[in-house]
Amino acid sequence: MRNWVLAVLLTMIVAAPARAVLQVDVNQGNIQPLPIAIPDFVAASPGDTGASQNIAKVVRADLERSGLFKPLNPKSFIEQITNINIAPNFSNWRVLTAQGLVTGQAALQADGRLRVDFRLWDVYGENQMLGLQFYTQPVNWRRIAHMISDAIYQRITGEKGYFDTRIVFISESGPALSRKKRLAIMDEDGANPSFLTNGYLVLTPRFNPSAQMIAYMSYIAGKPRVYLFDLESGRQEKLGDFPNMTFSPRFSPDGNFVAMSLEQGGNSDIYVMDLRTRKTTRLTFDPSIDTSPSFSPDGKQITFESDRGGSQQIYIMNADGSNQHRVSFGEGRNGTPVWSPRGDLIAFTKQSNGAFRIGVMRPDGTTERVLSNGWEDEGPTWAPNGRVLMFTRTIQGGRGSQIWSIDVTGSNQRRVATPGDASDPAWSPLIQ
Amino acid sequence: MKNFSAGLKLAAIAFAVVLAGCETKPPPAQPAQPQAPIVTQAPSIVPGSAEDLRVNVGDTVHFDYNKYAILAPDMATLQRQAAWLAKYPSVRVTIEGHADERGTREYNLALGARRANAVKETLVSLGVSAGRVDTISYGKERPICTDSNESCWAQNRRGVTIIASGANS
Repeated sequence: MRNWVLAVLLTMIVAAPARAVLQVDVNQGNIQPLPIAIPDFVAASPGDTGASQNIAKVVRADLERSGLFKPLNPKSFIEQITNINIAPNFSNWRVLTAQGLVTGQAALQADGRLRVDFRLWDVYGENQMLGLQFYTQPVNWRRIAHMISDAIYQRITGEKGYFDTRIVFISESGPALSRKKRLAIMDEDGANPSFLTNGYLVLTPRFNPSAQMIAYMSYIAGKPRVYLFDLESGRQEKLGDFPNMTFSPRFSPDGNFVAMSLEQGGNSDIYVMDLRTRKTTRLTFDPSIDTSPSFSPDGKQITFESDRGGSQQIYIMNADGSNQHRVSFGEGRNGTPVWSPRGDLIAFTKQSNGAFRIGVMRPDGTTERVLSNGWEDEGPTWAPNGRVLMFTRTIQGGRGSQIWSIDVTGSNQRRVATPGDASDPAWSPLIQ
Repeated sequence: MKNFSAGLKLAAIAFAVVLAGCETKPPPAQPAQPQAPIVTQAPSIVPGSAEDLRVNVGDTVHFDYNKYAILAPDMATLQRQAAWLAKYPSVRVTIEGHADERGTREYNLALGARRANAVKETLVSLGVSAGRVDTISYGKERPICTDSNESCWAQNRRGVTIIASGANS
């Protein structure tokens, strides 16, 4: 990703902010998706390789998947956009009930780069809300499409988008009694999947804040330990040299620390390792299961799970291990807490009445809401904007695992496209 | 003991299938009559081997849901394991701790570690040197039964003693 050369010209072609006609309130569940027209982009160069159509297609899919937008069928369009520098005839789009219109063009430059322009129009306000221009190598057209989706999402909802992100996960294949698990990575929309490991059990990957490094658990040498995987070099490195199992790794928000569990004599406690000095500090000292740590976005606190009170429940401590206190008091067992990047919520797995479901609550344990409705849903991960969660859904009877996503409001529950069965998703920050 | 009889049954069925496969004439109605001598012809188990441990001693103990205490019926198995390890002092073992699917992934890794350690501590209390016993947790990653019901989950909640090195073959 660091090789990603992208000149982004954030040109607000029309600076005047639109009247707030076109907007979506993301805080409401089950809203009516906003009708938006996204015709294929204009191919402005004879050497166009299909980017003009493909970019629009990806933008339509991104916005549709969010559940907040309803991209209209291009076959219904009356007006053909041939020049994005001329204002569209808005009445041609109003009759289709479109409230937003996205026009764009893709042009191959003499130097081999792809130039992509797009504009977002408020069909009822009859003005341009946003105009951006991108230059990139043609091979990166998908990322341009996701960046355009993010820009549209942000302009209309007021929240940052999450389309230009990646998912690291565990790809599953083979029979239930001899499951093969591989570390895998893909774009947020399921495109560009690739496998990073092969042939030994791997579990629970998580990104560092730059999305360059993955911490995960591997049985590669016959001993379960936390490893780091550097995406740029492909290098894998065992994190520390511990006599027993290390597991459940998670990076601090500044990327300098990894919190994880270390098992000794059957007892699991949480430690934090400074990646710069490799110095390890023990944070919990209880003869209970203490695991699944997750930092608050300011790095000052860690939420984790412990059965020290008799059953698996969610706790919070300061990042130095002080002030450990229980925060989940709802029914059943509650585990795998993950702090939202916005800081406002903790997502977790609730086990009650024979089912595992994904829930959210405030960090003080109040206002618990159960979101998903599977038989065994577990292990939530947040989109970088804190609006959407992905999680593992295991199908009853050894029929495999899938990755699903759900809006934090509880709406828009849907399966995430993966190559085959998949589990343990971790959502990257927005790619830099 | 359960494993022992299961092994015999398998050998018998395997032979019956071979017989059925050799049948060339239509009336195949009597293949399910394995004679006793056939069972005794199964390859003999080498004393001090991994198979000896698995079949004649018993390599598996089970646990209650979300628990890691050794259950009374399994104490006899672990006593046999300890006696067997005393008889074959060059053998080193690894205890695998497993959980059923009714727990979150990382919690179950920790639970499997508790179970493996409970088996180890029991063996040590029965005189096995701690240095001969390693542990490893597989959490819920290595089920031996995939139905989603209590009978299956009970089979998956287990501690398995496997040979690491030093066994006869």
